[in-house]
Amino acid sequence: MSEVPRFWREAKHRYRLVGTRCENCNTLYFPPRDICPKCRRESVGKMREEELSGEGEIYSFTIVHDGLEQFKLQVPYVMALIKTKEGPLVTGQIVDCDPSEIKIGMNVRSVLRKVRTEGKSGILQYGYKFELK
Amino acid sequence: MRDVYVVGVGTTRYGELWDQSLRDLASEAGLRALVDAGLKAEDIDALYGANTSSGQFIDQEHIAALISDYSGISELGIPSIRIEAGSASGGAALHQAFLAVKSGQYDTIAVGGVEKMTDVPSEVANEIIGGSLDAEWETFLGATEPSIAALIARRHEYDRGVKRENYAILPVISHKHASMNETSHFKNVIKIDDVINASLVAEPLTVYDTAPVSDGASAVIITSDKKKIKSASNPIKIKSSSMANDFLSLHDRNRIDTFKAVKKSTSKALEGAGITLEKVDGFEIHDSYSIAGLIQLEELFGKEALRMSENGEYYYDSSCPINVSGGLKAHGNPLGATGVYQAVEATIQLRGNAGLRQVKDSRNFMIHNMGGLGTTSVTTILGVE
Ligand SMILES: [Zn+2]
Repeated sequence: MSEVPRFWREAKHRYRLVGTRCENCNTLYFPPRDICPKCRRESVGKMREEELSGEGEIYSFTIVHDGLEQFKLQVPYVMALIKTKEGPLVTGQIVDCDPSEIKIGMNVRSVLRKVRTEGKSGILQYGYKFELK
Repeated sequence: MRDVYVVGVGTTRYGELWDQSLRDLASEAGLRALVDAGLKAEDIDALYGANTSSGQFIDQEHIAALISDYSGISELGIPSIRIEAGSASGGAALHQAFLAVKSGQYDTIAVGGVEKMTDVPSEVANEIIGGSLDAEWETFLGATEPSIAALIARRHEYDRGVKRENYAILPVISHKHASMNETSHFKNVIKIDDVINASLVAEPLTVYDTAPVSDGASAVIITSDKKKIKSASNPIKIKSSSMANDFLSLHDRNRIDTFKAVKKSTSKALEGAGITLEKVDGFEIHDSYSIAGLIQLEELFGKEALRMSENGEYYYDSSCPINVSGGLKAHGNPLGATGVYQAVEATIQLRGNAGLRQVKDSRNFMIHNMGGLGTTSVTTILGVE
């Protein structure tokens, strides 16, 4: 399987939290979409890229003890849903914190971090995580 | 439109079945169902095989053809296809078979569900289970399926004041029922403290809040052929089958602690069967995670769900039996097979053959199979007239 194009394709969105806004109904989406689920065909050709600020608050979280192979060395780690300032919920890890201190409603901002090392190629992949503000 | 009946059911035991391969399991369940229906392979017009991830678990795709071949029916040229809808594959295959028979295109279909999960180490199995999430925007970042369930649990506690015990009770009920079912993966009875104090998977969920990795296969034969219905020892009618979907990921939903697709598929199924919820005598729900089970019950019973749980109403001998089979949690969770086993259980119950775990005076059963966490939802109602 070709591993490189798949990650190169999403790099911009992952590095800078670039979502898409529907110019028909003005809703902002992250992850980016080609079609607005509210406007459907009315939105075709009207989805514009837009960068999120990366600021938001913790909507829900969990401390993961039994992680995927790729994340084994990181357990226990915090997975969360972040309610961004601009609206969309974003799934991501919260890092550089004491997991026992995490609470719903805490303010966070996004940071660019190494996320994983890909399979045999050993390519390092980067993306957003969140830290407490 | 014609009436559709289940005329035969069969299942393997569920569990860590190291001495049986996927093809062994599938043909065992299929043959049992055929024998139960008093039919021969020549009587089958099509084979619908449900499976979630055989390509990743055992490096084998095209498995409906394989099962048909290995069951010795290749010479008959019976059309054989696989149906995949995540962990709702079994329910989806039953739904599709129901539609095909009802429409009159086929008279008789064998619906099988199978998953062989224990040929890979458990970490790999967990990785494969995560395949029903969004690979780019969830699992890439470290999300596992249990962690997504945990996000629901945490927010549900926060918004609705739900307590840990309110969903930790569901595995306790499932284990109690599974102890009375000979094909169960687990037969031990557990207490609520066992659930809460077990090893953590994704907080607050422990290993007892999650359904196990199991091998297993189940099959049902459905037909609208009057002769076959008449000759069957105890045919059970499929009164309706409905399906609905929602966004794949929690982060795209307006609320994360409701399952809109479940609400839709269950109410459509009730409407299709022409009955109200009160007429349903037993429910099989998709308790892949305890919290997912609770959300499904809330979609069915609203605020009453918690009160009913606290009153002990979900046990087999009480007013609203849930997962009398033992559910996915304790009967076992071979992904693609579970939705078909639910139909097997409903049939056994409606025939009055469930032994110790028999639901009394059972006339209607609702079975609900789910892909992911509220993403794909299939509801089927079986009953006697
Ligand atoms: Zn729009």
